[in-house]
Amino acid sequence: MDIVVLVKQVPDTWGERALRPDDHTVDRENANLVFNEMDEHAVEEALRLREAAGDGTVTVVCMGPDAATDTIRKTLAMGADAAVHVCDDALHGSCAVTTSAVLAAALGTVSADLVLCGSEASDARVGAMGSMLGERLRRPVLTDARAVSVDGTTVRIERQTDTGYQRVEAAMPAIVSVIEKINEPRYASFKGIMAAKKKPVTTLALADLGIDPATVGLAGSATEVIDAAPAPQREKGQIVTDGGSGGLRVAEFLATAKIV
Amino acid sequence: MADVLVLIDLAVVDARAQPRKGALELLAAATRLGDPVAVVVAAPGSTDAVAETLAAHGAARIVAAESADADAVLITPSVDALAALVGSGSPAAVLIGATPEGKDIAGRLAVRLDSGLLSDVVDIAPDGTCTQSIFGGSTTVHARVRRGTPVIAVRPNSFEPVASAGAGTRESIELPPTDAALAARITGGHQDEVRDRPELSEARVVVSGGRGVGSGENFRLIEELADALGGAVGASRAATDAGWYPHQYQVGQTGVTVSPQLYLAAGISGAIQHRAGMQTSKTIVVINKDPEAPIFELADFGVVGDLFDVVPQLTDEVRKRRS
Repeated sequence: MDIVVLVKQVPDTWGERALRPDDHTVDRENANLVFNEMDEHAVEEALRLREAAGDGTVTVVCMGPDAATDTIRKTLAMGADAAVHVCDDALHGSCAVTTSAVLAAALGTVSADLVLCGSEASDARVGAMGSMLGERLRRPVLTDARAVSVDGTTVRIERQTDTGYQRVEAAMPAIVSVIEKINEPRYASFKGIMAAKKKPVTTLALADLGIDPATVGLAGSATEVIDAAPAPQREKGQIVTDGGSGGLRVAEFLATAKIV
Repeated sequence: MADVLVLIDLAVVDARAQPRKGALELLAAATRLGDPVAVVVAAPGSTDAVAETLAAHGAARIVAAESADADAVLITPSVDALAALVGSGSPAAVLIGATPEGKDIAGRLAVRLDSGLLSDVVDIAPDGTCTQSIFGGSTTVHARVRRGTPVIAVRPNSFEPVASAGAGTRESIELPPTDAALAARITGGHQDEVRDRPELSEARVVVSGGRGVGSGENFRLIEELADALGGAVGASRAATDAGWYPHQYQVGQTGVTVSPQLYLAAGISGAIQHRAGMQTSKTIVVINKDPEAPIFELADFGVVGDLFDVVPQLTDEVRKRRS
């Protein structure tokens, strides 16, 4: 079974995140760039599915600037077999709809029975890339998976909902988005890190995908940011130390705020 | 005025369909741009059950897109219905709740229409400019759609439902037949024991517990306070990772984003991962025994103390004041 995993490099949630003042795109230069957490779970799930199937390949597809090479290397060290890196300066500032067109074209270059992705990236949190690609590639999409299994040409998932889960199934080839509850990603072994250096990474520019640069990036996007500013700081509140009546004091506060 | 399509998310309570609170918020949001048109994509008969409530919250028209597959196939029936209605009218925008499922519907619809998509929108101006809260609420962005019918995913609790009589004119459309090769079909599942609590993402009050709660059993204290306040229960990632509370109640960057009137955090230190999911709450109350816990920076009112003393006392007092 051949599996493709979409991965993204994002600014670390644990660090400072900001938009650039000039063009309102994510400030990557001043951010600590990391592997988007949910995508890491998607890679892990792909490796497990390949191991369970006993054959097949796991190929990673990543759109991003040169720096995203770090994220790609990490997936290869975990055990992915090959990677496709879509990298072109003209992609800078692409909106979600535009990005989905580029990724759909990139997916056209790799064979896949199953495409896995994280259910959202921690930076933009649009949370719809799997669905957008399903629309473009005309494939079924199974979203928010907390468990995945493959049986012949059918893929089944447990889909997390607000109040429990749904069992969902579809015919392959299909696209599955996963949540972080699905598994615990492995650490890359030393052997894996060494092996990753020899694995093939295909770099594709827009010209290789037959995409007109005018249709992507800031200029070609379907949305635009007008302005961005730090949210106002919250006013400092009142902090008291419990001397036996802490609960009563909270109740008093809630009553004053007309919440109780 | 132009139409604004609003996708109505339904909940089934006591075997009867009703609009979720988020759907009523969307009807209020839609009036910023035009006349709200409620679109109900659900099993046959659902629209009859909800039409009165939708009209009472401002729906000028109510479109039923009903079929057996609407509840049995993931995402695509709603996309089909909305795309057909955009094609046959010229709505000013399509509004969808920014829930995980709503985001998937919105993304797919935007691609089909080749429209711009704005997600996690918290305010909408009459000229279509949308306000988004990003990076866990630390940055506020104004953005607009440049192409096509705007598809706008609105974050729950960003608008107040408004009681306002709409004409509620009924219509219906046929959903196209499901393409079996492309359908993701729901074959079963499991619902947690139905509790008499509001949905976490749209609750007005959320009471969350974290590492300080110490065990799954102790979450009873959090639940009792939530019930006294008529709120939902949340949990930090530390608590869900430890298996003390189910994953779907995790508030934070990788869980549910909430923006309630009151967020009460007990035994939660306030790692960035957690704050990203709750720091836009209107009022924040913190109970934690560590005075250095970063969550106190967000608190409108904080108690440095043991949650096992403070929470039960608060629960009793709230019950007293409510009775």
